[in-house]
Amino acid sequence: MTPRLELRGICKLYPGVIANDDISLSVLPGEIHAVLGENGAGKSTLMKIIYGACPADKGEIFCDGEAVSEHGPAVSRQLGIEMVYQHFALFESITVVENIALSMPGRLELKKLAEKILKVSRRYGLPIDPDRLVMSLSVGERQRVEIVRCLLRNPKLLILDEPTSVLTPQAVKTLFETLRQLADEGCSILYISHKLDEVRDLCHSATILRGGRVSGEADPRKSTSAELARMMVGSDLPEMSVTPAKRTEEPMLALIDLNLVSENIMGTSLKSISLDAFGGEIVGIAGVSGNGQSELAAVVSGERIADRADEITLNGRAIGALDAGARRDLGLGFVPEERLGRGAVPSYDLSENALLTAHRKGMVKHGIAKRAKAKEFAQNVIAKFKVKANGPEAQALSLSGGNLQKFIMGREIELNPKVLLVSQPTWGVDVGAAAYIRQTLIDLSRSGGSVVIISEELEELFEICDRIYVIADGKLSHSLDRKQTSVEEVGLLMTGGNDAKETNIQGIKYGV
Amino acid sequence: MAFKIEPRAEPSRSMAIAAPLIAIGLTVIISSLLFLSLGLNPFVTLYTFFVQPLTTLNGVSEWLLKASPLILIACGLAIGFRANVWNIGAEGQLIIGAIAAAGVGLFSPWQESVLLLPMMVIAGMVGGALWAAIPAFLKDRMNTNEILVTLMLTYVAALLLSYLVHGPWRDPDGFNFPQTALLPQAGMLEVFDYSYRLNTSIFFTVVVVILAWVFMERSFLGYKMSVGGIAPAAAKYAGFKASASIWIGLLISGATAGLAGMSEVAGPLGQLSSQISPGYGFAAIIVAFIGRLNAFGIVLGGLLLSLIYLGGEAVQLKLGLPSSIALIFQGLLLFFLLASNFLINFRIRKLTTRAL
Repeated sequence: MTPRLELRGICKLYPGVIANDDISLSVLPGEIHAVLGENGAGKSTLMKIIYGACPADKGEIFCDGEAVSEHGPAVSRQLGIEMVYQHFALFESITVVENIALSMPGRLELKKLAEKILKVSRRYGLPIDPDRLVMSLSVGERQRVEIVRCLLRNPKLLILDEPTSVLTPQAVKTLFETLRQLADEGCSILYISHKLDEVRDLCHSATILRGGRVSGEADPRKSTSAELARMMVGSDLPEMSVTPAKRTEEPMLALIDLNLVSENIMGTSLKSISLDAFGGEIVGIAGVSGNGQSELAAVVSGERIADRADEITLNGRAIGALDAGARRDLGLGFVPEERLGRGAVPSYDLSENALLTAHRKGMVKHGIAKRAKAKEFAQNVIAKFKVKANGPEAQALSLSGGNLQKFIMGREIELNPKVLLVSQPTWGVDVGAAAYIRQTLIDLSRSGGSVVIISEELEELFEICDRIYVIADGKLSHSLDRKQTSVEEVGLLMTGGNDAKETNIQGIKYGV
Repeated sequence: MAFKIEPRAEPSRSMAIAAPLIAIGLTVIISSLLFLSLGLNPFVTLYTFFVQPLTTLNGVSEWLLKASPLILIACGLAIGFRANVWNIGAEGQLIIGAIAAAGVGLFSPWQESVLLLPMMVIAGMVGGALWAAIPAFLKDRMNTNEILVTLMLTYVAALLLSYLVHGPWRDPDGFNFPQTALLPQAGMLEVFDYSYRLNTSIFFTVVVVILAWVFMERSFLGYKMSVGGIAPAAAKYAGFKASASIWIGLLISGATAGLAGMSEVAGPLGQLSSQISPGYGFAAIIVAFIGRLNAFGIVLGGLLLSLIYLGGEAVQLKLGLPSSIALIFQGLLLFFLLASNFLINFRIRKLTTRAL
C-alpha cells in the first residue's frame, strides 16, 4: 500500500538547536500514528513542517507517493492535510458557524454551512450547536469545533497536537471513538502526545522522538509503557516511592467557606470552598482548566487578598488579609504554573531570582542585597535539586521548563515551608524531571509538611496524592480518598455532576 | 536576499558597547551627506559641533553647567522608569522646586544665615516631591494614569510661576519686569571662579549619581522596584507592593527635579523669572534612556546631550547654519542612539535560500 504520508531525512535547524535531525516516518491510509516525545523533542516542529507552516532545511515529503515541492498551508489543504492545534484559533465574539465559514473557500452561505456542520457533528458523535457564540463554549466544545472544521474538508490526514490536555477522562473516550471511526473510513491520523496510556489505547503505530532524532519505532498496542518511556527518555524512569502518610492531628492549611469574585470577566468565581490540608499528606485538586484553579491559587498564595481574613487559616491563624510575602514569612510556599514572569524574572539570573523569595534568608542587610549570599543559595539549590544550568549566573529564560521548575521548587522548599502549594507541578516538564519533582513533593510531605497540588493531569494526582478534591465551576467537591476513588468518579465530578451515581454518562455536558 | 530579525538568547555584551559607537558612526555618515548637500565642509562642521565648544574653559563650564541638571533629574526618573512609573512631569517638579527654594531664599527671616542655603535645598526637594506626590496619590488610590497627571501638572506649575512673577512676588524695584528680586548672597550657590557660571551644584549631582547607582544596583528596595517593572506578576508573587513603587518612584524623581530647580535659581539665574528652564525636565527623559536607565550611563548621556546643545548653538553662531539644521543633527544622533540599542537584544540574520 502506498503510504499516505512519507517523510525522508527531515532536518530543521534553529539558532543553537537542532530541532529535527534526519527524521523519517511513514503513515498508511487509515492508520493512527503516534508521534511520542518529551517536551522539546521536536514534535511540534515536525508537525509544522508536515503542515507547511515552516520550511524544512533538508529532506523530502511525499503525499500518496508524490513528492511535495513548494510546501505551505495552502498546499496542505489541497492535499487534504488538516491540523488541530493545541491552542485553538477561534474568534470568541462570533458564532461557531461564522468561525468555520472564515476558513471555508467559495461563497458564504451560512445556512447551508450550518446544516453541513450538524450533519458532520452527528455522524462523528461531536455534538455542537452552530449558532452558539464561541465565547460561551467550554474548552472541550471548542476543540470539537476545530475538529469539525477540519472534517468538513474531508481530510486525508488529520494532525492532532496534544488534543487531550484540556479534556475530562470521559471526553477523551468520546474523542477516541470519533478518531477510530475516522480511521476506519480511511483517514490517516497523526497523534502527537506525551501520554503513554492514551497512545497505547488508541494508536496503531508510533514513532518516538528524542532530542530531535527518531529514537525508536514501536507498535504501542504490544509495548508496555515502560518500554515506550525508555525510548522517550533514554533511560529507565526512577521508581516512585510512596510511604504511607502520617497525618497531623490538626489541619495546617484550611479554607473555610471561601468565596471570591474573579477579577477577570471570563474567569470563574470561587463559591463556598472548604478544604483541609494536614501535615504529612499530599492533597490534590483536580479539574478541567478554567474552573477556578487560577483564582484559587492566587487567593491561597496571597497574590490576591481574601475578602475575609478568616476564610484562610495557616496552623489556625487567619491569613486571608496578608500579602504573599507575609504568608511566606509564616511558612506558606507557592510554586505557580507560570514559571517565567511569575515564579521567576525571565531576564534575571538565578542568583537574582533566588533573592525574589529567599531574601528572607539573611540576604538583605541594612537595605543592601547581599549578592554573595544569594549566589551561594542559588548554587546550593542547583546542586541539591540537580538543576541543569550554567551556574547561578545563568538567566532564568535560558533554562528549560523542567530545570527552571526544579529551581523554583527547590528555592521554595529551601525556605522550609510548612505548607507548599504547587500549581501544575509538571506542566511542560520532561518525563525525567517530572518524576524527580513528584518524588521531591512526596519527600516534603513525608517529612511532615503539607503539600497541596493543583493539577489537570489526573494520572499525576492518582500517582502521588493521598486525597483528591475536584474543582468544577468554582465549587470544590468533598474530599476523596485516593485508594477508594476511581478515575471515573473524579472525571464525573470534573464535569460538575456532584453525585457520580445519578449522572448519566451518555448525557455528560463538558465542564465549563 | 532576505533578512530576519530574531531575539538573541541573551543580551549581547559586546553589542552593549558597540551600539553607541555604531550610532555615532551612522550619525557622522548621514550628517556628512547632509552638510555636503548644503555645501558645507563636513569636517569643519562636525568639529564645530563636537570639539570647538570644549576648547575654552568657559565652554567646559557651560557644558557641565547644562549637563548637571539633566543628569540630576534623569537619575531620579530612571529609578521610577525601572519600576514602570512614568513621571513625564519633571519639568513641573523642577519649577515647583525652584519656587519653593526661591520663596525660602527671598522671604524667610534668615537672610544672612549660613543655614539659608541648606534650607533652600530642603525646600526645593520637598517642593518637587510634593508636586509629584499628587500623581502618586491619585495613581495609588484611584489608578489614574501618572503619565497624563504629571504632564498636565507641568502646565499648572508653569502658570503658577507665571502668576507669582507677574503678581505677588514681582520685584517692586524691577521696572515691572516679570521677575522676583535677586536672592540674597547667603542664598546663592558658590561659583568656582567669577569668570565662569559653573557652581557647586555639580556636587549635588555627583552625590545623587552615586546614591542612585547604589539604590538601583545594590539596594533591596531598588531590586524590588525593578522586579515590579520587568515582571509585575513576579512582584505580586513575591509579595512586593506595587503602591510602594509608585510612591518611591514619584517622590524620588520629584525631589531630584526640585533640587535641579533649586540649583538653577540659586545658581546661574539668581532669581525667579517666567522662564527658568530650557526644558531640562523633558530632556532628562531622553538622557535617562540614552543612559539605559543606569546611573553611570546617564552621566554619559547627560554630557552628550549638553554637548550637542552647545554644538547646536556653536554652528549657528560660527557657521551661520539655520537652527533647524542643528535640530536635525541632534535628532539624527538621538534616533540612532536609541535605535541601535535594539541590537543588544535582537540580531539581524541573513536568510539562506533553501529548497525542500
